Amino acid sequence: MAALGSPLRTLRGLLRELRHASGRAGRPYRRTPAYRHVVATFRAHRVTSEKLCRAQQELHFQAATYLCLLRSVREHAALHQEYHGKGERSPEEIAGLVGFRLPQQPGGKG
Amino acid sequence: PPERKRFYQNVSISQGEGGFEINLDHRKLKTPQAKLFTVPSEALAIAVATEWDSQKDTIKFYTMHLTTLCNTALDNPTQRNKMQLIRAAVKFLETDTVCYRVEEPAALAELQKNEWDPVVTWAEKRYNVAIGSSTSILGPNIPASTKETFVSHLASYNMWALQGIEYVITQLKSLILSMGLIDRHITVEKAVLLSRLEEEYQIQRWGSVEWAHDYDLCELRARTAAGTLFVHLCSESSTVKHKLLQD
Repeated sequence: MAALGSPLRTLRGLLRELRHASGRAGRPYRRTPAYRHVVATFRAHRVTSEKLCRAQQELHFQAATYLCLLRSVREHAALHQEYHGKGERSPEEIAGLVGFRLPQQPGGKG
Repeated sequence: PPERKRFYQNVSISQGEGGFEINLDHRKLKTPQAKLFTVPSEALAIAVATEWDSQKDTIKFYTMHLTTLCNTALDNPTQRNKMQLIRAAVKFLETDTVCYRVEEPAALAELQKNEWDPVVTWAEKRYNVAIGSSTSILGPNIPASTKETFVSHLASYNMWALQGIEYVITQLKSLILSMGLIDRHITVEKAVLLSRLEEEYQIQRWGSVEWAHDYDLCELRARTAAGTLFVHLCSESSTVKHKLLQD
């Protein structure tokens, strides 16, 4: 089994990511299906104890994987917004970058 | 094309005849080919619903990896059957990242040996096969018996899980690293690190460029994590009997 660290830490990280993942301010994140499912699963299978049996380890791995997914998606989206989110410049802006102005052609290209 | 605005308030899941469905307000989510979006696992449905509920003003499809994987499983746009998927997956072994070694620079060759040898050895022991590694441009010579062992092993997975496995292999460019993940021998972070070993080596030497390196790293982690989670959720004994997963 992969080295996963503390299950409690995974759980905390996961719940934190779920809080970030709430797109709309309306519904409290604790009432989302995902939050409920994660908490219920950890509780039901006692995945926070010190020594885990095989089934618990598998659940911990699943939780750690989901945590990685949520965290990476959030980080990737943030990077995308910062570096790739502004779209293209208009032709006027591009011309302006090198000191030109686009010609006026009121009648079209003719 | 302009991004699609979030057009729904509430996301919920419900259980239909075929499995679990996603509701966007009163509308049922459909696949790109207009089929009803149904998944065999409740946990998977909840995770997909979370993707949709995470969208703020616009829907960023490029962040919704689980939704994409389910759509692929439901629509099967490449029209491949189980054996074609398996053969495509196993074919990757011939160009498996962890088997392809450099001779220079010496530091990178050493890094590859230290980081990749253990996972190759693990796979050889776990599956009782010979794999090895090679510095030849032709790559390693994988015995036919090794390939057949992996073909047999992958045949034990259902079609949904196989879509996920093939997806992870394509992302990591390695069958061995993917099996390491599926078998829970390594974490997603570790698998991605091992897949990107040469990039990481170059980054340590020359520095990191956030808008390229970190961007790629996060994207690969996200896709790999999604694929792995997808495989495990579709292979759980509670899900496996579901008729959606019958070939």
